[in-house]
Amino acid sequence: MSRLRLYQITVVAGFILLLEALCLSGVIDKITMPAPHIILRDLFLMLLAGRYFDEIGKSLVNVLVAFASAYLVGVIIGTILHGHKTTREILDPLFATYYAIPVFAFYPLFIVMFGLGDGPQVLIGFMLAVVAVIMTTLNGLDRVSPVLKKTARVSGLNALQTARHITLPFCAPYLLTAAKLALAYAFIGVIGSEFIMARSGMGYEISYAYTNFDNATMYPLILLILLLSIAANSLLSRWERMLLVRRGQA
Amino acid sequence: MIGVTVAVTAQVTLRGVTKVFPAAANVNPVHALGPIDLEIRKGEFFAVVGPSGCGKSTLLELIAGLTAPTAGEIEFEGHAIGDNVPEGVGVVFQEDACFTWLNVIENVEFGLRRTTIDKAEKARRAAAVIEMMGLRDFARSYPAQLSGGMRQRVCIARTIVAQPRLILLDEPFGALDQQTRLLMGDEILRLWRQTGATVFLITHALDEAVMLADRIVVMSARPGKTIDLVETGWPRERDSRIVERENFGALTSRLWKTLREESLKTMGRAG
Repeated sequence: MSRLRLYQITVVAGFILLLEALCLSGVIDKITMPAPHIILRDLFLMLLAGRYFDEIGKSLVNVLVAFASAYLVGVIIGTILHGHKTTREILDPLFATYYAIPVFAFYPLFIVMFGLGDGPQVLIGFMLAVVAVIMTTLNGLDRVSPVLKKTARVSGLNALQTARHITLPFCAPYLLTAAKLALAYAFIGVIGSEFIMARSGMGYEISYAYTNFDNATMYPLILLILLLSIAANSLLSRWERMLLVRRGQA
Repeated sequence: MIGVTVAVTAQVTLRGVTKVFPAAANVNPVHALGPIDLEIRKGEFFAVVGPSGCGKSTLLELIAGLTAPTAGEIEFEGHAIGDNVPEGVGVVFQEDACFTWLNVIENVEFGLRRTTIDKAEKARRAAAVIEMMGLRDFARSYPAQLSGGMRQRVCIARTIVAQPRLILLDEPFGALDQQTRLLMGDEILRLWRQTGATVFLITHALDEAVMLADRIVVMSARPGKTIDLVETGWPRERDSRIVERENFGALTSRLWKTLREESLKTMGRAG
């Protein structure tokens, strides 16, 4: 296990070192990409000076709103659909093909409908995330075995108690998987739409810096998004893993 | 002899109990069971054997109040069973019903949810049952760390901790290997004596039924009806060594003879 972890770290570190070597030796020129240690330094200086805090904050709030609303709505819809077999079967083809639809293609339409503010950005994040949550919730609920349901009845639990003592704890790992997916999709949706058409936010600043050859802004911001997304994801993964190990499913 | 009523109090009474599963899309209604008349005496070890698909498990679910009969009535301690699980009845299923997110102690204490005793008393009773089931060294383990037999012990412990007066066992050893089955059989006999509860066991293993039960009912192929009732006449103090008794073989053969004819009928129908 720890050996595996060592290999994993080696691969990432090796990749960064390779980039570093390629940049320092001039194979990748400075205008294309600064060396990783310079990106890290720039990020540090940027955060120290408090630059872009408003932009970063605005993006993160939008990601959070998209994530939270998609998660809540997704879990509720998933639970309702689990009890309505026909509705679920009707919607099945939609869910199956959902991620084949490039949601970003609808961005101009959203702008027409909701204006240039945060609305369309949050909406895209929401739309990307919500179906993953619905499907993961359904997947978890489908796996509650008949014998567990019978056990609930034999133990004299009513519907609410069954949900609290049986269904919810059983589905906890699935709900964490759903959270992980929702967060990743919310990031992609919000930052991506800021990139295409917005007047503020991290995605906008990256694209702005890009058009102005401002590598000292663009790369640190990209790195920051990367770090934030990975940090949030590994936190949830760690929790998920803890539950799965306990259940012998890891 | 079938239907001989002895002057012993009946704990469970079934009168004309029938179960028909209603027609679903493209499926004809299934007459699964009955009519069945049956009396289970207080404190006895009662076993049901029958060909597969004869509605044995349906019979158990009816007595457990998990499903309602189409016709007829079922009484537990003089009260009609609706479609609610009556207080005082515990069920152990064949499938693993351990809560994988709780450790052994928490699983067992879950069985005390319906009781009103205080926390310390709950802990004491759970600990006693865990000890009784030989799970003491695994009290803090999670089900995933235990073998199949151990997990079934956890489920049994979770059921008996509530001190049910009637314990329903739905092929609880079906998924276990032969050795573990015999040992679990001994455990069940011991529990039965210690708790004084009535045990109602569904099984497909004839030797298991003969080894464990005071009385054994044989069910017919679908729709399941009682076609034979065998009294083993074993002493209350007994264990798996009862298989060495002379009439163990005779009893098992008698069950097999009845059951063989029934099973052939089912196969003939299927073929």
